[in-house]
Amino acid sequence: MNQATSMNLKINGNIKYFDDNSMTVEGLVMRLNLTGKRIAIEKNGMIISKSEFHQAHLQDGDQLEIVGAVGGG
Amino acid sequence: MTNKKDILTIAGRTYQSRLLVGTGKYKDFEQTRLAIDASGAEIITVAIRRTNIGQNEGEPSLLDFVPPDRFTYLPNTAGCYSADDAIRTLRLARELLDGHKLVKLEVLGDPKTLYPNVIETLKAAETLVKEGFDVMVYTSDDPIIAKELENIGCCAIMPLASLIGSGMGILNPWNLQIIIEHTKVPVLVDAGVGTASDATIAMELGCAGVLMNTAIANAHNPILMAAAMKKAIEAGREAYLAGRMVKKLYSASPSSPTQGMIS
Repeated sequence: MNQATSMNLKINGNIKYFDDNSMTVEGLVMRLNLTGKRIAIEKNGMIISKSEFHQAHLQDGDQLEIVGAVGGG
Repeated sequence: MTNKKDILTIAGRTYQSRLLVGTGKYKDFEQTRLAIDASGAEIITVAIRRTNIGQNEGEPSLLDFVPPDRFTYLPNTAGCYSADDAIRTLRLARELLDGHKLVKLEVLGDPKTLYPNVIETLKAAETLVKEGFDVMVYTSDDPIIAKELENIGCCAIMPLASLIGSGMGILNPWNLQIIIEHTKVPVLVDAGVGTASDATIAMELGCAGVLMNTAIANAHNPILMAAAMKKAIEAGREAYLAGRMVKKLYSASPSSPTQGMIS
């Protein structure tokens, strides 16, 4: 177990492994190539506003929903 | 010809167009854009869905084709079957669209018919209005529920004409008329319009506008249908404002003079 240096996050229903345990939401957005995209993020059921991305720390087991606008009626 | 003062006001904002369109079911984003342009719509609905993670980084998005600074986005809660899901979706939408308050609430009750669950809709509307959202609400054509939704503080009542995506047209014009008569906020037909005449009839009844998606997107030529819908809405509105003649089984007043006939 190397919990000290890695974590698993559940993102949009899928578990993703990260070799980093000190990531913020901003860091995650960068890692997922979503910087600058129009998205909204919910962490463990709570919305994280864009202005809080840089200080919202992620922990092993966090559940995230990352959403965007798509075509719909 | 249209009276320039005849504007649609929803939640304090004014619009020239009384046609609201969805952005789903099109062949591609380019067709979406062309159809919206042809429709003249200013308010367009969008859905909120999980973003694709790690797939096709440069993939174009809807927002590139219909930029939010050119249109009023109306995020919807399509696919939500509970008040909680709908509220959660619209809170995310507000965050996504930088504090944007105008939303379309729809809570469905049945996946086969997509008929609205008005009990959950009422619950969600109450919370959303309290949280400061401007709620345009999709509902059944039940006048009592429509009144309740208005009393809660929804900024527009949007009864169905017939089931979502059915294209069956206006099945109960009498109910719509009752709703229109008893509602102070704008009443828009949402769902069920199949072709241009349906939209015209909705407007002739006195609807403030019509929201549609499938009727345009599923037409053989969506862009042409979008243009037809624009005219249909305008024609219906003008006919409503003009005030139609009284229906008579027989006409005792010919349109041409009865004097001066050659004999």
